[in-house]
Amino acid sequence: MNVFQFMVQNHDQVLELTLEHLWLVGISTLLAVLIGIPLGIVIAHWPVLNKPVLASANIIQTIPSLALFGFLLPLPWLGERADRLAILALTLYALLPLIRNTFTGIRGVDPAVVEAGRGMGLTDRQLLFQVELPLAVSVILSGVRVAVVISVGLATIAAAIGAGGLGEFIFRGLAMVNNQLILAGAIPAAALALFADTSLGWLEKRLRPQ
Amino acid sequence: MQRGQRLYMDRFSTNGVAIEFRDVSYVSPTGQEVLSGLNLEVLRGETFILLGRSGSGKTTTLKLVNRLLSPSAGEVRVDGAATAGVDVIALRRSIGYVIQDVGLFPHFTVERNIGLVPRIEGWAEDRIRERVQELLQLVGLEPQLAERYPRQLSGGQRQRVGVARALAADPAVLLMDEPFGSLDPLTRDELQREFLLLQQRLHKTVVFVTHDVGEALRLGSRVALMEAGRLVTVLSPQEFLRSSDPWVAAYVKAFKAGLDSAANRGTE
Repeated sequence: MNVFQFMVQNHDQVLELTLEHLWLVGISTLLAVLIGIPLGIVIAHWPVLNKPVLASANIIQTIPSLALFGFLLPLPWLGERADRLAILALTLYALLPLIRNTFTGIRGVDPAVVEAGRGMGLTDRQLLFQVELPLAVSVILSGVRVAVVISVGLATIAAAIGAGGLGEFIFRGLAMVNNQLILAGAIPAAALALFADTSLGWLEKRLRPQ
Repeated sequence: MQRGQRLYMDRFSTNGVAIEFRDVSYVSPTGQEVLSGLNLEVLRGETFILLGRSGSGKTTTLKLVNRLLSPSAGEVRVDGAATAGVDVIALRRSIGYVIQDVGLFPHFTVERNIGLVPRIEGWAEDRIRERVQELLQLVGLEPQLAERYPRQLSGGQRQRVGVARALAADPAVLLMDEPFGSLDPLTRDELQREFLLLQQRLHKTVVFVTHDVGEALRLGSRVALMEAGRLVTVLSPQEFLRSSDPWVAAYVKAFKAGLDSAANRGTE
């Protein structure tokens, strides 16, 4: 029985784990966007903050994922359910590309454009929403894209703490020395990553200002 | 010429002072004193040129008018009111601003660029569209350029759009920071000529920064020469050419040197 026959035979389970996987990635990316983009905006305008914030996000990024899951385990409420833990960890990992790209994108807007806008009497808010963010959107989106691709990969490890997702197949396969089982998890995960990468890449190109 | 000049001055002296600097100093965030003890008056309807080398403080002076910078000491008054006491957003919207790099919004069409201030001021769409067409005509651009993006325009066209944008909400005061500085000589000449025609019709109070003596003498009602953060003198273009002030004479000499040397080379 090859891996595809296996996947067809167990399509219920493949589907369920894929959806679980998507849920972990989706929620964590959403949270990371909600935290990371505003943080990036803040540090782009208050330069004193950019070093400490980017350094913290960098440090989080260097913690090995299994160790991070371990660190988070004793937390109250979050530690009670594996999926909450996994989402928190994935959110933390997704922060760096989002903060950094938002920061870079806004800082990259032509200073003459910002100056003209300010001189014409745009408020900070109008400047942000009508000028800075629209001009930075493709750089920010490429951060989202990196974050999603990282999350799809990392989410497989969430199965190690029982959070579900396609990692279930992979860990089961590893334990049973069953390559088909490993591939049944790895192939859909890779497909998800490729799909996210291509579709966000397309969107990024469409929104890129000339 | 003399009489014309006097009539000109009389007309504006009755209209009074539009912008006033009183003992203004500006110290940059890095602690460098950029301007010290600046006193000057810009009359309503005149083209007031700030001439000087880079680093002389002329752009800083300009930015103090629309409060992109705030004075460290002294007071800037626009229409009699100290800028420190008025709403900065309202102040900036009542003053047109044109810079050398134009700063058109690359993601906006020409129409949206020009109509930006009217739009955020809540004008009706019809009125904005009408105003944009009127302005395009005023600055000598084809109406169909309204749909273009800035990257599709030439340098001269971009600068015209920049001027149109600054005029959009019909401000009484226009600040121009080396607006023609990056253009080729022919385009610059054309825009300078049109600026004079435009100014004849509109009579805006213009504060114009340049380091080009020829441009200063051609466009200015009065020329303020700045050096190292201080005002050297304020003269009419005619007075400027005759002045015995060593700084002014140095500028006039440098201005004439190019022409003289070319002429002399021809005779040798």
